[in-house]
Amino acid sequence: MHISIENGRLLDPSNNFDQKQDIFIVDSKIVSFKKKPDGFKPDIVVDAKNKIVLPGLVDLCARLREPGLEKKGNFSSELYAANSSGITSVSVPPDTTPVIDTPAVVEFMHQRAREINRANVYPLGALTQKLKGEQLAEMYLLKEAGCVGISNALNAIENTEVLRRAFEYANSCDLTIFIYPEDQKITNNGVAHEGAISTRLGLPAIPETAETIAISRALLLIEQTNVRAHFCHLSSARGVQLIREARKQGIQVTADVSICNLHLTDMDIADYDSNCHVKPPLRSERDRMGLIEGIHDQTISAVCSDHQPHEANAKSAPFSLTEPGASTIEHLLPLMLHLVNRKEITLNQAIPLITSEPAKILGISKGAIEKNRNADLCIYDPKSNVNININNMLSAGKNTPFNGWELQGKVTHTLLNGEVVFSLD
Amino acid sequence: MTGNNIQLDKNGNLKHFLSIEGLSQPLLHTILNYAVSFSTVDKRPVKKVPLLRGKTIANLFFEPSTRTRTTFELAAKRLSADILNLNISTSATTKGEILSDTLRTLEAMHCDMFVVRHSNSGAAHYIASQVAPHISVINAGDGRHEHPTQAMLDMFTIKQHKKDFAKLSVAIVGDILHSRVARSEIHALNMLGANEVRIIAPHTLIPKDIEKLGVHIYDDMNRGLQDVDVVVMLRLQRERMRGALLPSENEYFKRFGLTNERLKNTKKDAIVMHPGPINRGVEIDSDVADGKHSVILQQVSHGIAIRMAIMAMVMGQINKNENMEKKK
Repeated sequence: MHISIENGRLLDPSNNFDQKQDIFIVDSKIVSFKKKPDGFKPDIVVDAKNKIVLPGLVDLCARLREPGLEKKGNFSSELYAANSSGITSVSVPPDTTPVIDTPAVVEFMHQRAREINRANVYPLGALTQKLKGEQLAEMYLLKEAGCVGISNALNAIENTEVLRRAFEYANSCDLTIFIYPEDQKITNNGVAHEGAISTRLGLPAIPETAETIAISRALLLIEQTNVRAHFCHLSSARGVQLIREARKQGIQVTADVSICNLHLTDMDIADYDSNCHVKPPLRSERDRMGLIEGIHDQTISAVCSDHQPHEANAKSAPFSLTEPGASTIEHLLPLMLHLVNRKEITLNQAIPLITSEPAKILGISKGAIEKNRNADLCIYDPKSNVNININNMLSAGKNTPFNGWELQGKVTHTLLNGEVVFSLD
Repeated sequence: MTGNNIQLDKNGNLKHFLSIEGLSQPLLHTILNYAVSFSTVDKRPVKKVPLLRGKTIANLFFEPSTRTRTTFELAAKRLSADILNLNISTSATTKGEILSDTLRTLEAMHCDMFVVRHSNSGAAHYIASQVAPHISVINAGDGRHEHPTQAMLDMFTIKQHKKDFAKLSVAIVGDILHSRVARSEIHALNMLGANEVRIIAPHTLIPKDIEKLGVHIYDDMNRGLQDVDVVVMLRLQRERMRGALLPSENEYFKRFGLTNERLKNTKKDAIVMHPGPINRGVEIDSDVADGKHSVILQQVSHGIAIRMAIMAMVMGQINKNENMEKKK
């Protein structure tokens, strides 16, 4: 198969790439820019005039709900939704049912990904067996089976001794650990940021210290064990500050933020909108500004969808009784571009956050446009509107907190390994 | 409150009664004024008015209650409505039925009004957003959020004893963190223009940024009670002693219990209120609960008149009657 993408503006800040150039693809690979190779006869010509061509997006955290929670979504529905936002690589946390703590579950994930063939799927293995925080999981075998990192998902490890040994062992396997920082004793069934809003609504509150204490504890152990570590989904300005200071001292850590926390605050809960029930919680505007600041000085190097599709019943109950999480994967790109349009960050800052930087964190050679690489590409029209409407979402989960938002930057084509996996036409 | 106020219909009339927050001062006065006329119903030989004849009201109590449930029941009966009492905690939900299915089932029984108590904040809002358009919802307490009928009966009680809200200093004492009564009272007192609302409690029982609701915080009982006109004591649930919030009942009573000695700090004609049920010797001394400053039993009687007024208003019965009188 020969494909040419013509007249588009290629944008890949990681390669200092921003110019009008054609791309020529033979089978799965990009074979040339600018110059049509000799004898190249395209089977498909994609006209990218007035459009922007990006590396296929890399989503650092999305739940595809397989295996075990198929009533909320499946590989087919969620990866198609991902393709509609230009996403071609997805990292999946281990809190599936069963948990990704055996090579068999990893193999299942890989097999499903091959069957569906819409994205590269990177499962994270469990740090402890069944994510219980007690006994180490078979990290070496999980790595052998293809896990690119290791994580205890949303389950905090209470026992500090277990945490220390898990870090040491992960380090000896040369695995990056993905830490969701939460002290669950302090969270204590909380569902909303501790502040004027949770007080007014009478919602059990999650103080900022639930995040900062967990970060501080993990940082001390990272320093001691020298493990390669990534912090998932920061939510507080103070949390960003702790990571910033650690990085200044030379501790090798990275951090990401969920797209919801860059756009929304606890004010958006309004009268108990359960679609704003997310973890970590939506915090104050001051915290949101702190996260943006973290992007500016590169303390935060990635933005993820933290996609969590739910069936309608999971969100239909009094706020505290609903399940946390938002369905966001299909709006990741336009929501990022919205930050650019609002002048909170620049386009050159926005793109690496969802392409080259998450790829670096995962240690995968994705998220860049380069010759002889697999042709994973996203083509979008910066001027066309994306009106978010729960009635025409592709994800099985309609639980978006952004219903009714009018954004720009509709994806017109997504290519995975040189195949068009999504096209508006 | 952001967004649409679902408590009001498009003409600004009360449709649901979910929270004091979001209601205007004139509306609160209207409720208090109607309650005055309903307060004489129980002095008649036949203690009934026919305002809600033919209407069916369901008491949906997802959390146990005696006082609130029975006063709602009496209020409904005095308005001539049919009333169903459902203790949902012990029936449907333990069988795994989801809340929206329970609501659908009750709608199919042609209920006109749900009186809801639930242990989760926002439950009444949720139910109001789910029910068919002809059904009204009254919040009889949702989690830590609001207990708006309790606040209104307390405002009614205060008004019987004190003429002008603008001159009042009110102290609310105790477990503010878990109290829906406190939140509703704070909104009601501020909306009615009270001079000062104080809360007195140890910091473990004060939620963050509560001062943004318009209160002054005290952690010393004697200073907090200084020259107040009204003292509202909150019930302290015994299970609060088990966690890290408080050391013991004994220490709590020594620090925050209301005694006659402490009451000397208030104005001479101060009244003492309590939403009940009382924990004698935990938050309040028996001598005070039964003493001359106490209006605790009056609160209970006023609860019936207030709930009659609110039930009649959300069913649109009072507004219609008013129009009829105007036509005459």
